[in-house]
Amino acid sequence: MHTISTLTSDQPEEPGAVPPGRLPASRSFRRAFDDLRAGVAARELWSHLGWQDIKQRYRRSVLGPLWITISMAVTAFALGLLYSQLFQADIATFLPYITVGLITWHFLIGCLQEGSNAFIENEDMIKHLPAPLTVYALRTVWRLMIMFVHNLIVYVVILAIFFPALAQPGYTIIEEGGIPQPGLNVTALMAVPAFGALALNGLWVVLLLGITSTRFRDVPQVIAAVSSLLFFMTPIVWSIDILAAKFPETGGGWRQYLYEFNPVYHFLEIIRAPMIGNVQSLHHWFVVGGFTVVGWLLTVVVMRNYRSRVSYWV
Amino acid sequence: MVSIDVRNAYVDFPIFDAKTRSLKKKVLGKVGGKIGTDSKVPIIEALQDITMSIHEGDRVGLVGHNGSGKSTLLRLLSGIYEPTRGSSRIVGRVAPVFDLGIGMDNEISGYENIMIRGLYLGMTRKQMQKRVDDIAEFTELGNYLQMPLRAYSTGMRVRLALGVVTSINPEILLLDEGIGAVDSAFMNKARNRLVDLVKRSGALVFASHQDELLLELCTSAVWLDEGHVRQRGSLREVLTAYKGKDPYESIGAEAAKRLGIESSTPVGSGYTS
Ligand SMILES: Nc1ncnc2c1ncn2[C@@H]1O[C@H](COP(=O)(O)OP(=O)(O)O)[C@@H](O)[C@H]1O
Ligand SMILES: [Mg+2]
Repeated sequence: MHTISTLTSDQPEEPGAVPPGRLPASRSFRRAFDDLRAGVAARELWSHLGWQDIKQRYRRSVLGPLWITISMAVTAFALGLLYSQLFQADIATFLPYITVGLITWHFLIGCLQEGSNAFIENEDMIKHLPAPLTVYALRTVWRLMIMFVHNLIVYVVILAIFFPALAQPGYTIIEEGGIPQPGLNVTALMAVPAFGALALNGLWVVLLLGITSTRFRDVPQVIAAVSSLLFFMTPIVWSIDILAAKFPETGGGWRQYLYEFNPVYHFLEIIRAPMIGNVQSLHHWFVVGGFTVVGWLLTVVVMRNYRSRVSYWV
Repeated sequence: MVSIDVRNAYVDFPIFDAKTRSLKKKVLGKVGGKIGTDSKVPIIEALQDITMSIHEGDRVGLVGHNGSGKSTLLRLLSGIYEPTRGSSRIVGRVAPVFDLGIGMDNEISGYENIMIRGLYLGMTRKQMQKRVDDIAEFTELGNYLQMPLRAYSTGMRVRLALGVVTSINPEILLLDEGIGAVDSAFMNKARNRLVDLVKRSGALVFASHQDELLLELCTSAVWLDEGHVRQRGSLREVLTAYKGKDPYESIGAEAAKRLGIESSTPVGSGYTS
């Protein structure tokens, strides 16, 4: 909303007359970057709106946003209990694994699902205020980050309970044939840049899907349709060493492609591995880095071409 | 310096869910913008070939029938719609006041709504905190401000919205007709604030059907007809052409006094602003 400043020509301006020379075009990279810059600068607005969304959701409930934490705790505990028994895993290490997996999954799928609705649900505001589109994308990502932090409480509690098991070098997630894990140590700090990477990618995903969905209203439906498939295909309630242990001769063989080709797995792994002391592999970072670069390039091009169409499409 | 330049600008709305040609026929010939036929997706040409320039100190009234494109033009001037053809440039901070209800949240208190509405209008939290007391006093809502908005009557909501809107410091103020649709008793009180607001702002464009309000706030005018600029000039001139009679003739005695004119002055004299 703030200043939409563009090229200021030095031609003298007669009152009432349109100054000569070309006015800036809507479709330019400059306008796309201006949108991003002005959007980030309107921090007070999007952070307020993001908080408002959370408060709104839990208004008049006694526990308020604490419900986010409670529902995560219940889900993680129940699934952790069930799957640790199914896979003959030690609950002391499997519960933290599933918890971090679920917390991160919620953030990632939130970027896809809520991202595709980011502009559609802000139709009123978009048609009444000349705010940069980035404001609405940041509102969505900020809201998801607040949820993430609420869920992190569950992680902290579980960590406090199971710390000895997780800090044990060489622990395995499943009892037989599991990959030995290094255990929690200072490399856990890698979770911080990893979360930064998730947020940075979340923003382009929201912008890109948000713009696409305002024009093609089937996109949110497609995402909703594949989201549970994606959940079960991603190693969240199961772990890759379960798959590997079933085929010890080949270490899983072609079956690893089932998760290696799933981008969500790599985004998940850069943050989950450090948080529970698992093996950290650089190749996840390469995949995430690639997605960051390609995703942002694509998003900037889409913003250049279609940013100004969004208010017509919503 | 604030300014808005629009050159040969078109605003075409694509209508994606109207695939049938029958709809085109139905809408054609009624009020409103032209309906394009050559593309696959039907479009409504809400504004056509608009060229205008607004500078510091301008007070422009916007008149025209329903569907002539006033609201769309205000959105074009605010940057919400960028021209589909042609170009535009906006220099300065725009405060668009199109709908008093927008950005109001039923579930949060009046105070919180004041804050969020201010943020929407481009103010900072600090600036709004300074204004809260003044707004509270103007709205006369007292303890109600701590209540969620859902406990308010329509009139109370309008007071709140008007209180916030008139407290800001806009560089370019764009007002749509909704702002005049306040009950007249409260309008008398709000009028002074509105006049002050306009005085503070660098430039004003105001779409309205109410002659008295236009005469009070504007000096020049643009008449829109089916998405074209039909006429532009001084407010009195344009209003005379648009309504077919001099606006000063039908003005109420009280309003005439306020504007400092004789209510039956012949055209061409006593023109003050
Ligand atoms: N979002 C929109 N989508 C499609 N058509 C629109 C939209 N907004 C306005 N129009 C069309 O543009 C024309 C002008 O509308 P508007 O600017 O609201 O007129 P006014 O404010 O003068 O009554 C009308 O024909 C209307 O149908
Ligand atoms: Mg209108």
